[in-house]
Amino acid sequence: MRLRYPTNIKIIKVPCSGRVAIIHMLKALEEGADGVIVAGCLEGDCHYQSGNLRAKKRVIYVQEVLEKIGMEAERVAMYNLSAGDGPRFAEIAREMTEKVKELGPSPIKNAKKLASKKSKVEVAA
Amino acid sequence: MIMARPKPIEEIIDEIKDFNKVLIAGCDGCVTVCEAGGVKEVQVLASALRLYFTKENKRMEIDETSLTRQCDKDYLHELLDKIDDYDAIVSLACGAGVQFMAEMYRKKPIFPGVDTCFIGVTEERGVWAERCQACGQCILASTGGICPISRCSKRMLNGPCGGSEKGKCEISPDTDCGWHLIYERLKELGQLDFFAEPTDPKDWVSSRDGGPRKIVREDVRL
Ligand code: SF4
Ligand code: SF4
Repeated sequence: MRLRYPTNIKIIKVPCSGRVAIIHMLKALEEGADGVIVAGCLEGDCHYQSGNLRAKKRVIYVQEVLEKIGMEAERVAMYNLSAGDGPRFAEIAREMTEKVKELGPSPIKNAKKLASKKSKVEVAA
Repeated sequence: MIMARPKPIEEIIDEIKDFNKVLIAGCDGCVTVCEAGGVKEVQVLASALRLYFTKENKRMEIDETSLTRQCDKDYLHELLDKIDDYDAIVSLACGAGVQFMAEMYRKKPIFPGVDTCFIGVTEERGVWAERCQACGQCILASTGGICPISRCSKRMLNGPCGGSEKGKCEISPDTDCGWHLIYERLKELGQLDFFAEPTDPKDWVSSRDGGPRKIVREDVRL
């Protein structure tokens, strides 16, 4: 289809969005991701009955955790689209990239950079 | 089993914010079953705490572990070699586990990571309910296998009271009347004579009224 979507998105394939656990989203943020999309099938269309509904609950859980620790909940989002809907995927990717751009870089990435700079200075000194 | 729920993360942050290296210790026993303090919950809590302290630019190392049972010295011993690497421990076991850990590692601050709630059952995934208050002298034999102490809101030994309505307790329409349940079950079992017979006052010395309790059994002691 040769659709264009932002190149800064890293795709991790899972058999079902129900496979995405809370820890996976948190780990992505820990690694410095600016945002995380969980893309599941349309509600009512899950091949495993309720994988996407479970994923939705987990996304909400992570959003709540983020709020409690003072990070923007919008850095994590759940989208539902059919596996065949490439154009919609490209649209979602662009939408999320825009949203994250507005929020600015992840505070984790910044803090990590700062910490590694500090330790380099310490080594140099 | 012992049922607990995770403490709010703000409370845990507050417990440990002045330290630099903290171990989150889960328990593979009861708290794993009620999804409050097992390996999965340790991972999630540790990750969220790392996110928070990194964001705050605070030097903080958070490690993770889980023990088979924290109410057992043999398993607590597994931390002996590494405990001194940490400034403090957050234990996700029940209150008993947290205390046993604190007894064994007297010089380490140990903080609770869950709120321990009751002895109960898993009614369905995500729904846990109280069934026993460990009174120390079980009377289920005469109450149709339903505990009036944990299931009657007033812990009455002779019920129901006048607040029982259509099988529900007066405290809330969502709460079954324990004594209604007892009556229905005794009827099914053909044991309504138990219901007719008043229950004598209970000796609460075997419950908390006798102070902290202990079981010592010479037959199984080493
Ligand atoms: S420490 Fe508490 S939660 Fe863990 S097994 Fe023992 S009683 Fe259960
Ligand atoms: S009678 Fe006592 S021991 Fe028996 S279930 Fe009730 S509280 Fe527990």
